Amino acid sequence: MSETEKIIVVIPAYNEEANLPSVLKRAAEALPGADLLVINDGSRDRTSRVARSHGARVVDLPFNLGIGAAVETGYKYAYHHGYDLVVRVDGDGQHTPEEIPALLEPIRAGELDFAVGSRFLGKGDAIGSTTLPRRMGIRIFSRFVTSLVGKPFTDPTSGFRAFNRRTLHAFMAEYPVEFPEVETIFYLHRKGLRIGEVSVSMSPRPSGKSSINFWSAVYYMYKVTFALLILTIRSYRNTVSTKGGDR
Amino acid sequence: MTAHQRIVAFVLGVGLFLFIVELVRRRKLQEEYSLLWLITGATIAVLAVWHEIVVEITRLIGAALPMSTLFFFGLLFLIVINLHYSVKISGLSRRVKDLTQELALLRQRLEPEADE
Repeated sequence: MSETEKIIVVIPAYNEEANLPSVLKRAAEALPGADLLVINDGSRDRTSRVARSHGARVVDLPFNLGIGAAVETGYKYAYHHGYDLVVRVDGDGQHTPEEIPALLEPIRAGELDFAVGSRFLGKGDAIGSTTLPRRMGIRIFSRFVTSLVGKPFTDPTSGFRAFNRRTLHAFMAEYPVEFPEVETIFYLHRKGLRIGEVSVSMSPRPSGKSSINFWSAVYYMYKVTFALLILTIRSYRNTVSTKGGDR
Repeated sequence: MTAHQRIVAFVLGVGLFLFIVELVRRRKLQEEYSLLWLITGATIAVLAVWHEIVVEITRLIGAALPMSTLFFFGLLFLIVINLHYSVKISGLSRRVKDLTQELALLRQRLEPEADE
């Protein structure tokens, strides 16, 4: 443990026994001294046992809550256990753990409160890591978020993120359960936090298949667009949250 | 409205009223939700007897037939109550999610290998 700050890597996992060992091993190598926390989102396979045997702490949700609520569970854990820095890495192996230090860099340097790992900033095989419809959706939300925030966001749907305790506070006050990625960027901006992107490489999902089908994609577009519009008319003048610190 | 129709409507309204009371007595329905339905039952019964109110409201809102007035308000009532339930369900799902998370986090703390 060379750092004085407490770091936690939050890894949501739903039926990821195949991908978890590699993710956990590489995360531990990339960030020695950090605690690894797997949120087992009601998996029916051996996700929980596999995670434990690879040195991770595990929070087992009794049934599937969805990735948003699973991630939020990890953030609640980080908040209650006093972590200074939080990294979110998906358990499906898409996010490359080797990139964690790069993602944490601007946070540690005090330049940003919240960093999003983008695969479209010139590093790695961006096209190979995503499908065409998904890319179109990303482009739409990229324009949308960029114009709302006034700062370029090339990969707003990326779930590869790192942030500090200030951001954690903001998440305790409010965290969207469904498809939180895009929404949280604008939410944190409205809360007055410093947000930005960091170039990272990602890999295609190594095992299993994504759960997104046509209708859920349509619903995704609607939900995120509507949530962003609502955020523009919500009042955040009182940035000091009363809900976050009641424990 | 014929006397026949009025009797049917009146019996229906009173029947609904009594059914709600019975549901509360058997603890199948909380008092909070019973109020609205008791008022509904009572309203149906009162309107069946006191038909002039419906005619007067029909004139006020400019509807052609008293029947349209009844359907209009009936539908409006159902929409509003459904919206009310959507709001309630949103609140309940948030609570279920929070409780589930809390339960999982507490269980993690109780594990023997947990270090804090």
